[in-house]
Amino acid sequence: MEKMISLTIDGIAVEVPAGTSVLEAARKAGVHIPTLCYLKDINEIGACRMCVVDAGGRNLQAACVLPAADGMNVKTNTPKIRNYRRTLLQLVLSSHDKKCLTCVRSQDCELQRLCKELGVEDGDAFKGAMNEYEIDDVSPSIVRDNNKCILCRRCVAVCSKVQGIGVIGPVMRGFKTAIESPWGLKLNDMACINCGQCINACPVGALHEKDDTAKVWAALQDPTKHVVVQPAPAVRAALGEEFGLPMGTSVTGKMATALRRLGFDRVFDTDFGADLTIMEEANELVERVQNGGVLPMITSCSPGWIKFCETYYPDFIPNLSSCKSPHEMLGAMAKSYYAEKAGIDPKNIVTVSVMPCTAKKFEAARPELGHDGMADVDIVITTRELARMIKEAGITFEKLPDSDFDPLMGQSTGAGVIFGATGGVMEAALRTAYETLTGETLAKVEFHDVRGTAGIKEATVKIGDMDVNVAVCSSTGMAAKLLDSVRSGEKNYAFIEVMACPGGCVNGGGQPIVSADVRAEVDVRAVRAQALYQEDADKPLRKSHENPEIKAIYADYLGKPGSHLAHELLHTSYTKRLKYTD
Amino acid sequence: MDIYRAHVLVCGGTGCSSSGSAKLIDRFNDKLAENHLEKEVKVIRTGCFGLCEAGPVVIVYPDGTFYSHVKPENVDEIVSEHLLKGRKVEHLVYTDHATHEQNAEKKLDDITFYKYQHRIALRNCGVIDPENIDEYLAMDGYKALEKALTQMTREQVIDEILKSGLRGRGGGGFPTGLKWKFTYQSQADQKFVACNADEGDPGAFMDRSILEGDPHAIIEAMAIAGYAIGASQGYIYVRAEYPIAVKRLSIAIDQAREYGLLGKNIFETGFDFDLNIRLGAGAFVCGEETALMHSIEGKRGEPTARPPFPAVKGLFEKPTMLNNVETYANVAQIILHGADWFAAMGTEKSKGTKVFALGGKINNTGLVEIPMGTPLRTIIYDIGGGCPNGKKFKAVQTGGPSGGCLPESLLDTPVDYDNLIAAGSMMGSGGMIVMDEDNCMVDIARFYLDFIVDESCGKCAPCRIGTKRMLEILNRIVEGKGEEGDIEKLENLAETIKSTALCGLGQTAPNPVLSTIKFFRSEYEAHIREKRCPAHHCKSLLQYKIDPEKCRGCTACARACPADAITGTVKQPHVIDTAKCLKCGTCMEKCRFGAISRE
Repeated sequence: MEKMISLTIDGIAVEVPAGTSVLEAARKAGVHIPTLCYLKDINEIGACRMCVVDAGGRNLQAACVLPAADGMNVKTNTPKIRNYRRTLLQLVLSSHDKKCLTCVRSQDCELQRLCKELGVEDGDAFKGAMNEYEIDDVSPSIVRDNNKCILCRRCVAVCSKVQGIGVIGPVMRGFKTAIESPWGLKLNDMACINCGQCINACPVGALHEKDDTAKVWAALQDPTKHVVVQPAPAVRAALGEEFGLPMGTSVTGKMATALRRLGFDRVFDTDFGADLTIMEEANELVERVQNGGVLPMITSCSPGWIKFCETYYPDFIPNLSSCKSPHEMLGAMAKSYYAEKAGIDPKNIVTVSVMPCTAKKFEAARPELGHDGMADVDIVITTRELARMIKEAGITFEKLPDSDFDPLMGQSTGAGVIFGATGGVMEAALRTAYETLTGETLAKVEFHDVRGTAGIKEATVKIGDMDVNVAVCSSTGMAAKLLDSVRSGEKNYAFIEVMACPGGCVNGGGQPIVSADVRAEVDVRAVRAQALYQEDADKPLRKSHENPEIKAIYADYLGKPGSHLAHELLHTSYTKRLKYTD
Repeated sequence: MDIYRAHVLVCGGTGCSSSGSAKLIDRFNDKLAENHLEKEVKVIRTGCFGLCEAGPVVIVYPDGTFYSHVKPENVDEIVSEHLLKGRKVEHLVYTDHATHEQNAEKKLDDITFYKYQHRIALRNCGVIDPENIDEYLAMDGYKALEKALTQMTREQVIDEILKSGLRGRGGGGFPTGLKWKFTYQSQADQKFVACNADEGDPGAFMDRSILEGDPHAIIEAMAIAGYAIGASQGYIYVRAEYPIAVKRLSIAIDQAREYGLLGKNIFETGFDFDLNIRLGAGAFVCGEETALMHSIEGKRGEPTARPPFPAVKGLFEKPTMLNNVETYANVAQIILHGADWFAAMGTEKSKGTKVFALGGKINNTGLVEIPMGTPLRTIIYDIGGGCPNGKKFKAVQTGGPSGGCLPESLLDTPVDYDNLIAAGSMMGSGGMIVMDEDNCMVDIARFYLDFIVDESCGKCAPCRIGTKRMLEILNRIVEGKGEEGDIEKLENLAETIKSTALCGLGQTAPNPVLSTIKFFRSEYEAHIREKRCPAHHCKSLLQYKIDPEKCRGCTACARACPADAITGTVKQPHVIDTAKCLKCGTCMEKCRFGAISRE
């Protein structure tokens, strides 16, 4: 049995399992100790000192790293402690670029909120020298503005501990300390995988996505352009949060309406692209299994993962599915199939993807993802950027009526929807592969073994008389662990799904930012994923190959999965990358 | 072994080395050879004698003649007179600062500088050749290790250290025996002992002197510690800026291995122990134990929160016992002579001796080891010889950047851990800087804070930003731009940093400011309110004036002024344009009539 610890926090008796921090014990007792650098399970380093408490020691101690001990009597809220916290905030403000009014994180900033909550009146009390930094905006995905950085190191922890990458870290010391890449290189010159998890970890505006909304507005305004948009599955599970709707609210219909009101000429759905991906990927898997191809086959939907594999595990490149990711497939189809059907010159079509992902911005610019000198996808914006566009356009999102996506590439099955959660691609592929390989109807479409937020999930699926070993993992840190076990021969799988972000796309680097306080209480990954699984359950069709528009695209245009044309338009190749540019 | 009729001990310590003692050794050897004395007289380079002020120091045995301020050209005379003819070179013999007697017939201990001292940690410094293990063995070296391994249980060793009352000499003053006990009690497949030789306090050099003068004492103590807690591997973390210490340690470790005093099956007892050196890059914060261990692990030298304490989870996540050099230097003596012998020295809660590095405005700068409880006054006046040039004593700074400045009124404080803390300072690693009437206390506080701002690791917000803001305020004050409320602002920041900083560096960083505000508040007020520096030290607040009564109009000052700030006609009183004046003081030096004053 777990050893329990009894302690008193502000006079409230509380019992917690051994190993619990005073911070967590306090929250259990209903006492909220303010934090700034703390990010549950990821960054517990006691650096900002906001959470200092009096636990009877010689000095105050940071509650986030102080283990609860039996008989401890903790005071969290004395006049002295409140004064210290205010002074600390004033010190942080004294070296922070306080352009709050125009900051991308205004009203969504943990520093701003703390200043308000703890009654900081004078933000210039300790005015003094500031460090000045050049903004690093060379990356297609991530902008780093060290002038706003408060050195909480949450980004550093997520990059190195969760993602296993570590392309940023503290350099210099004392007041000159800064979070930088080695040798002062830009993020883009590092083996950054563009996942954007650092952005989601940032309490302030020091990290944000490269904003591409201006390009979208320009395309929408250009009368010669026919602008086609597609939102990813995970976007609908989180966009509502930007408009005050509870986490886990699915806003598919409102989103389609909003996109139309923004002026997009066609509103397609990446869920359709996901169904299309399953057709190609399941076919590829079946071919590899039947023809002795390279196994395990590994999914290729997550561009952060792809770049990770190309850079850190290039020996696994032959294992990667050659399928383009769903939005790239849809983009390619928009400029070929749709262009032909609608009689529009593909040169005049602008394809815009709304993604939960910052790495998609990098992916869209990959030279191999295009055709006839045209990129499959022209512009990628994140869920956050779409929300900004909707707000800027004066659209009252929460009051919008629902509407459907446009036909031709707007219909999708439950299999396409669950792509947004870790394990979703695997489950969708299994639904189709099972029926393709056995010719039988799959009675129970849910594969619960591959659902959930565990970093690595394994399952053995019986397809006909074959036992197929599969694995699903999310976060590149977990991917490294999994690939190491495959490389060593310890594990043997036929098919692996990897998503670069923990929990999959619902928790992508382009999704609405959730504060550390909420993250400590709620598993964002599970709540958002639930919205997708619900949508899947509610769909009349739940297998990609049953999607009538998918059937039509093969019948009218592509022929069959893996056809010559499908290969030309829907498949791609990968390149080994160096960790450092020359 | 060769027998010599005389030994020439040349100090190879830090101070004497920088004043050229290496050249003396070469010259001695050359001259002895010239006179065919090389088989009769042996020259030995020793560790630090402590009296750096008198350096380079040479002692000739068997008579014990103490030569001070020896220059290479004096060597010829010492060889031809003293060593060849047996006649002391009187003009080179050290003159006692207190008795004004030459030490011609006296023993070293009779010199006032040494009289009050009791050398345990420094016992072999200046006595033996640190690069020769045989000399250490001749001074009972490795006897304590033998005793511990062959006659004592691990528990008995720990008990002996506990009973001795030895406390950490690195500054914290934590009971050493307790640390040993806690690490001993931790269960693990592997444990480590480590030595903190990352001495970084400005002005402190006792650890360096011990490493340079008696490296085997540390090796022996670490082996004893390894036996006591159950570790087979130790690390000495020494700063790369101490190349001589590193070299002598390496030699000593090799020799100890060669003699079977490190390695497998030491003294045939089945106890294995080995040591490795790890070099630090000179970051002050790496003297903090968690930062030091991260640095050994190859990570950024930054502290982490305790608990877990190193005794539970230290180097490479294993229980680790880290002690400072000077702490280790006491260990073998305690094991040899017993806890009671050690505990008989010192005060109730601070036992034994402490080494201090005396510096600043004091006659006898150097290294002194005194029994705990010796009053500051004895150290500064009797041993140190007071302030030079008849200047008035103002304050003594102890504990380096973590300590504080104590005024004249506290000079009778017996020095120990608790008394110094109670007085508003701390022991620290033993830096002791004396200030006289010419030192501005605001500027002293500014100096220490400037050091801290440079050395803060940048991890926690209060130390990273708070110390910088305090420094900015102090800079303003010494520049005459102080404002009403600045003292209160400093106090608020100081209290916040002290109470909330992550590690000892930050928690003690405000001490120099707090103690100077406490004892010399009027100096702060004079700077802020009257824009005046009472010590006439802060340049921005100085004004040079020419007294027209005394000025003869000789024009010497005007010609010397680099800023052309002085005007006047020949034989008429001159005037300084304060707007142009650089406050360099050249005019004052040049005036032969005492007409120029500074206020």
